[in-house]
Amino acid sequence: MLSWFRLAVYFFIVNMKETEKVSQKKGNSSETVIHIKGLKKSFGANDVLKNINLDVKRGENVVILGKSGTGKSVTIQCIVGALVPDGGEVEVFGEEVAALKEKQLKELRMKIGFLFQSGALYDSMTVRENLEFPLTRVLKLKDQSDINNRVEEVLENVGLSDAIDKMPSDLSGGMRKRVGLARTLIVNPEIMLYDEPTTGLDPITSREISELILQMQKKYKTTSIIITHDMECADITADRVVIMNDGEYIAEGSVAELKNSKDGLVRSFFKSTL
Amino acid sequence: MAEQAIPGWKKWLEGSGDQVIFLKGFFRNVFRGGFEWSEFVRQCYEIGYKSFMLVGTTAFIMGLVLALQLRPTLVNFGAVSMLPKSLAVSIVREIGPIITAMICAGKIGSGIGAELGSMKVTEQIGAMEVSGANPIQYLVVTRILATTLMVPVLTLLGDVLGLLGGFLAINITSSVSAMLYFNKCLASIDFTDFLPAFIKTIFFGFVIGFVGCYKGYNSNRGTESVGLAANSAVVTASLWIFVIDAIVVQISSLLFYR
Repeated sequence: MLSWFRLAVYFFIVNMKETEKVSQKKGNSSETVIHIKGLKKSFGANDVLKNINLDVKRGENVVILGKSGTGKSVTIQCIVGALVPDGGEVEVFGEEVAALKEKQLKELRMKIGFLFQSGALYDSMTVRENLEFPLTRVLKLKDQSDINNRVEEVLENVGLSDAIDKMPSDLSGGMRKRVGLARTLIVNPEIMLYDEPTTGLDPITSREISELILQMQKKYKTTSIIITHDMECADITADRVVIMNDGEYIAEGSVAELKNSKDGLVRSFFKSTL
Repeated sequence: MAEQAIPGWKKWLEGSGDQVIFLKGFFRNVFRGGFEWSEFVRQCYEIGYKSFMLVGTTAFIMGLVLALQLRPTLVNFGAVSMLPKSLAVSIVREIGPIITAMICAGKIGSGIGAELGSMKVTEQIGAMEVSGANPIQYLVVTRILATTLMVPVLTLLGDVLGLLGGFLAINITSSVSAMLYFNKCLASIDFTDFLPAFIKTIFFGFVIGFVGCYKGYNSNRGTESVGLAANSAVVTASLWIFVIDAIVVQISSLLFYR
């Protein structure tokens, strides 16, 4: 009887450990993956970020709204380590970005996808070569059939299978954004940073891109920060909206909450962006 | 609030410091693993093969013109038989390397400056950086090594075509066999003529690639900066070519021609 009891306890402990391992791998949805506290950044005499505080949980879609020049892009560039903050903390997966060495920063960047406003496609390469670039240079994949499968799969996901051998100059603005999105998603990042993903697009294409962002977020289970002026994009994609003004966050909540905010500045912002 | 003007000397020092850091980044990446062979070969093709016609034509014409202009002077001194020797020494020691380097500075240096400048402005370099790829390894190392390799090769070809131009010029006014002409040319140049000239073309190639990459990679945002990067790549590389030439000539004079 005692031996049966010991066996049951043993299997219980083993099962608990396995569950813990799986949960660590998948990530806890309440886990904070991006932690920003007191972030400051200046360019010369211009104080772009004065005091930014933001926590982003795993799987969350946070939209940052704000007027041009309020430091939205600077914030996400600090997250990815492209800019070094003048003060405050930026932690991603619990690691202080500014304190990382080159190799550690590279490893961190492999977990972060950054979609530029222009798409930033390599214009001397075809769509296929653009998508192969992070696979061969970042993930260091060698197996060509594996590379081809990944390229074809991600292009199918963004609905551009036919454009595989086209040059970026042959693509429309919306298609470039889709290819840019495919190129960032192909390495399976845990965090996606979108810098004005719908700017310069017509309303229909903007909606398509916003819906695609949401679909991809669900499919790839990414945590996202989306910088935009487009209220429809915010409406479609946001779990939470943060409003920036003059280098500081002035409000946060859902789109509906912020639209009905008692703060005149927040309301006026919504009127001006709508 | 008006921005405080930065003194010229401070800007110059900052620029020099940036160039040293860029140079350090280049050398660090050269000896790091993951060399981009396919991109290096592509750059050699773009830089070497696609510049061959321009360099060859210019060198051929330079050899022809030099022979036509030298001949009357040598005739006056009764030294027309010295023409192949004069041509060979001047082309191999100085004209070949300098003409090739200047053409490459104009064609390749400006091309690299404009290409990387454009990539910077359109955030392509930024996209490589934030994705965890190494743009220095892919864009800079391959281009600088390609120019360092291809400018000496182009110079050798330019020297041969320059001598051919001289042969044509001589045969316009008189009749000399190709065998006699090239025998005289080769007999008049030796190791001390060829080696310093060849070594300096390696430096020329390096400077053309380095300056083009540095100017393009560090161009400020905006389309104007692309043109500025291309322009300043040519001007700076040309200046450095003459400085290196003067230094190498001084050193080789001290070592070989005393």
